[in-house]
Amino acid sequence: MTLMYALLALATVAIVLAVLYRPFGDYMAWVYTSRKDWKIERGIYKVIGVDAKAEQTWQAYLRGVLAFSAVGVLIVYTLQRFQQWLPYSLGLPAPSESLSFNTAVSFVTNTNWQSYSPELTLGYTVQFAGLAVQNFVSAAVGIAVAIALVRGFAYRRSGTIGNFWVDLIRGTLRILLPIAVLGAIVLMIGGVIQNFNGFTTVTTLTGGTQTVPGGPTASQEVIKLLGTNGGGFFNANSSHPFENPTPWTSMFEILLMLAIPFSLPRTFGRMVGDNRQGVAIVSVMAVLYIASFSILTALESAGMGTAPGLAGGAMEGKEQRFGIIGSTLFATTSTGTSTGAVNSMHDSYTAMGGMMPMLNMMLGEVTPGGVGSGLYAILILAVIAVFISGLLIGRTPEYLGKKIGPREIKLAALYILVMPTLVLAGTALSFALPGVREKVESTSIWNPGIHGMSEVLYAFTSAANNNGSAFAGLTANTPWLNTALGVAMLLGRFVPIVFVLALAGSLAAQDKVPTTSGTLPTHRPMFIGLLTAVTVLVTALTFFPVLALGPLAEGLM
Amino acid sequence: MSTLTEPRTTTAGTPGRKSGFTWEQVRAALPGAFRKLSPKEQWRNPVMFLVWVGAALTTMLAVVEPFIGGPADSGGTVVPWSFTWAIAIWLWLTVLFANLAESVAEGRGKAQAETLRKTRTSTMANRVTAYEPNTDAAAEQAATTQVSSSDLTLGDVVVVTAGELIPGDGDIVWGIASVDESAITGESAPVVRESGGDRSAVTGGTRVLSDRIVVRITSKPGETFVDRMISLVEGAARQKTPNEIALNILLASLSIIFVVVALTLNPIASYAAAPVSVTVLVALLVCLIPTTIGALLSAIGIAGMDRLVQRNVLAMSGRAVEAAGDVTTLLLDKTGTITYGNRRASEFVRLGGVREQDLIRAAALSSLADPTPEGVSIVELAEAQHGEFDRNTVGEIVPFTAQTRMSGLDLPDGTQIRKGAGSAVLAWIEDGGERSASTLVAELDEYVERISQSGGTPLVVATKDPAGAGRLLGVVHLKDVVKDGLPAKFAEMRAMGIRTVMITGDNPLTAAAIAKEAGVDDFLAEATPEDKLAYIRKEQEGGNLVAMTGDGTNDAPALAQADVGVAMNSGTSAAKEAGNMVDLDSDPSKLIDVVRIGKQLLITRGALTTFSIANDIAKYFAIIPAMFMGVFPQLAALNIMGLHSPASAVLSAIIFNAIVIVFLIPLALRGVKYRPGNASSILGRNLAVYGLGGVITPFIAIWLIDLIVRLIPGF
Repeated sequence: MTLMYALLALATVAIVLAVLYRPFGDYMAWVYTSRKDWKIERGIYKVIGVDAKAEQTWQAYLRGVLAFSAVGVLIVYTLQRFQQWLPYSLGLPAPSESLSFNTAVSFVTNTNWQSYSPELTLGYTVQFAGLAVQNFVSAAVGIAVAIALVRGFAYRRSGTIGNFWVDLIRGTLRILLPIAVLGAIVLMIGGVIQNFNGFTTVTTLTGGTQTVPGGPTASQEVIKLLGTNGGGFFNANSSHPFENPTPWTSMFEILLMLAIPFSLPRTFGRMVGDNRQGVAIVSVMAVLYIASFSILTALESAGMGTAPGLAGGAMEGKEQRFGIIGSTLFATTSTGTSTGAVNSMHDSYTAMGGMMPMLNMMLGEVTPGGVGSGLYAILILAVIAVFISGLLIGRTPEYLGKKIGPREIKLAALYILVMPTLVLAGTALSFALPGVREKVESTSIWNPGIHGMSEVLYAFTSAANNNGSAFAGLTANTPWLNTALGVAMLLGRFVPIVFVLALAGSLAAQDKVPTTSGTLPTHRPMFIGLLTAVTVLVTALTFFPVLALGPLAEGLM
Repeated sequence: MSTLTEPRTTTAGTPGRKSGFTWEQVRAALPGAFRKLSPKEQWRNPVMFLVWVGAALTTMLAVVEPFIGGPADSGGTVVPWSFTWAIAIWLWLTVLFANLAESVAEGRGKAQAETLRKTRTSTMANRVTAYEPNTDAAAEQAATTQVSSSDLTLGDVVVVTAGELIPGDGDIVWGIASVDESAITGESAPVVRESGGDRSAVTGGTRVLSDRIVVRITSKPGETFVDRMISLVEGAARQKTPNEIALNILLASLSIIFVVVALTLNPIASYAAAPVSVTVLVALLVCLIPTTIGALLSAIGIAGMDRLVQRNVLAMSGRAVEAAGDVTTLLLDKTGTITYGNRRASEFVRLGGVREQDLIRAAALSSLADPTPEGVSIVELAEAQHGEFDRNTVGEIVPFTAQTRMSGLDLPDGTQIRKGAGSAVLAWIEDGGERSASTLVAELDEYVERISQSGGTPLVVATKDPAGAGRLLGVVHLKDVVKDGLPAKFAEMRAMGIRTVMITGDNPLTAAAIAKEAGVDDFLAEATPEDKLAYIRKEQEGGNLVAMTGDGTNDAPALAQADVGVAMNSGTSAAKEAGNMVDLDSDPSKLIDVVRIGKQLLITRGALTTFSIANDIAKYFAIIPAMFMGVFPQLAALNIMGLHSPASAVLSAIIFNAIVIVFLIPLALRGVKYRPGNASSILGRNLAVYGLGGVITPFIAIWLIDLIVRLIPGF
């Protein structure tokens, strides 16, 4: 039964995405290559003083990304700190400095880690003017960076890699906004709320009173998923009936998360002029996604102990209306896309099962990864894979006609270094700094021992990968974790972007080497297999020891 | 001249050297290996430097431990007292093995360098004090002074006579001499060097056997060709190539990740489990960082250069060797590379009414005194078809001149025999006042045309009797003979993604025919040096990498423009200066070997990198359970090799890590076997051998080592 449901769910996702792949990928390619500006875009360019026809060097592009994001952090931070004076604040006070910093960074970096309970912390103005705006533009920034890298492969002897402001605005106006409007309507039809009611106090059947929060949820919900953000309107995120009322809205939300990341490879193939390259990339993503989903589902269905046995699987922390498949599919999607939304509590998964969401993130978010970030992350891995396989065939390595020399490999290698360093150093520091360790043990960790360690590891993995999902069970709203996780998110987002854009610049400046029969074909199954192996191996070698100390030690018990 | 199919193994100085590695080599390399233990040497290789630091650290621990109550528990397990010592020793051995690999690789060049050094011993030179090229080119009147060869500088002019060593690299400005160049090329037959033209370059240290020459020195002291050769074969001048640098960066960043893994492990373990001892942590780090490839990387590079040297090719930079692996267009000179140097007679075509034996006899007689290879081949063919000729036929030899475009023989009885270009021979007959029958001429034209179309050279044979009556006999078909096995070779190149282009001075018709026969992809007919240069530029603009050979001064621009330019040692110094490789055998066909060696070099690097990284999986399965089994007994489930104890597991992994280097030294020196094929098939094969092999091998090897290690008391 489980197997059939799992296959059915997977088939649904696969069919919808396969249908979307071509038209949507081509549409996005058109968005970023079209010479024409829309009227509204021309208006915006005039206001912000951008020459839409002028392309930028990678340095200028990077300055745009960094400046825009820095301003974003500043705005979201300021809005929170002044919350009590803002309209529609629902009478909520300003969050603490460390929490405001954490939240601001979290939404600008497309992480959407939430150290707080949204309905009890943030009013509508901050949610709308701060967080919702970032939900759109942080996603647009991610796609822009990926497109810039793709241009690096597509351009020949070019000093420029596109215009950041144009990419940002087009991505927002032509891709995210229209789909968000349609998606919000669908979600509202499905029962997701959309109001400005504030808190409603109701009398329950037993006569007690309950305060039920309302709010403009559907409009937030759709971009939370479409932009692989993940920051919920409510603390319970997509397991809350106001955010995700039915099994079919859950499936719709899954598709929203996967739509852009799984279609971007087509955009890539289209822009470099060889659609087979896009198919190769999407295949690697799909293989890893399916493998991860299958393992997680198998582990959760098998369950462990008496309670799961009676329930027919590990149902703790899962919503009855979604069941195991609905939960594991959502979890695989959400952690594989750097969304971080949850419709079940990963902390309550079986020990080994809980390792799978963590692994999805540790893979560097490439299954299929966040909007844009998934594509550039896997292209970096492809550069590494091409380097090794190029040597194996006796050619100095090249990818899509671009030579992978010392500079390119240096940038790719530095990119690979960032995430593991942040995850491991963050986790280690939490236990190594004497003052910090006591705080972490006494206030943050609610499940001492191996599982507590896993929770901290999960938090830093989530932050450094800009995923934002939480293992729950961990109180993260402390000065140390707010700050450390904030820094991890910030570095985990922008340091890799620096390397990606530098790589884009270096590739764009190169000429293309013609393809001969001596060239390694990067669209064949062998390369797909190799890239998959490199992705898994890099992760496995880096994280095996800590996983052995955490989920493996717990799961093998 | 070697053909393409037989690989050359003889070398200057050390003929018949094999590429294996023997005990003598190891013995010779050992002192160097120990010398390289100095941290100053290790610093250049980040991966091995980390091992060095680990070895130093564990040694210190091993020394201190007895005073602080034995080795600390690790991950909740008690380790034997000898554990730290054992790890320290094996870590030092790991470093030593890496050094050994490099020393052995370097040692292979040493012997050759020694031979070369002998030629460099300072000789006395007769320097012309005031050389007057216009009035006294032979420097017979000018005064000379005796100076040491080491004092000669650029532009000096010296006189060298028979029996003397040439004191420095230079160009002959006057005279002709036979020179023994065996000191450099290993070839004992003397070569002729003369002023002007493409054979004017002489190399310092070679000996003039006959005659007297005036040489203008073209090298600075200490920068002569021999000096460069010495530093090249010794590996002293070796600079890291771009690809090697890139690989080093990748390896270094992998190492950094693993350093982070090791450094963060204890803080994390201290909360959830129990901290691991420093020794085990070092062992974990060393097992994870790619030591195998790190240890062998420089040996691979040196050995790659050495493989070229063994084929008597000197690469002026490692970059050129690497570029050779990437070459996509190969410019090959027709003569000597694709065809045997000379045309050979392949057929006698008689005209109607002529007896075959008359034609053969006339052709043979006219060629008997002709020393050119074409003439010799005509006689050979005639004898093969007709039987032996009396070689002492008397008569007056008429040599070939550019004016008559004929050669031949005037017999004592007045009969004249001529062979030559069709139009010239016809004119010669008409000169006797007689017109050949038009039907005959038409027939002749037909044969000539047919032979030309097929890429051959028609040689018309005719006689005039004493009375002056001319008679056309027939045509000798001279043919460019394509070397055996070439079409297959070129097909192989095509599969590897390399286009072969034939360069020839022939007319397009002839060129096309030979190109077709040899199976090259393209040809450049009636090629001037400018055409070559233009062709290379055009190819490079399309992103191709071009390799070519050349020897003349007018080849120099093209040699410099090509990505891989192999200059013939027989060529001018300008050509040698412009190319980035010099072929001492002056065998243009070696270009193909050079490409092969370039590819082999890269593949060897890739194979060992893949192997090294793939090894990590097994090492993890040995070490991770060992590290924490004391605290989490359930991790024994990961001990799939069934290793005896945590201590023996860690030590076995470290021992494997060290000795695998030794096992792979021969492979690093010899290079991975290269079988031509398209990219996918090569990748598939190498991934299976080095990727899959790299995953499986250590599981078996570590398990075997553990069987022995567990016998050590305490383990």
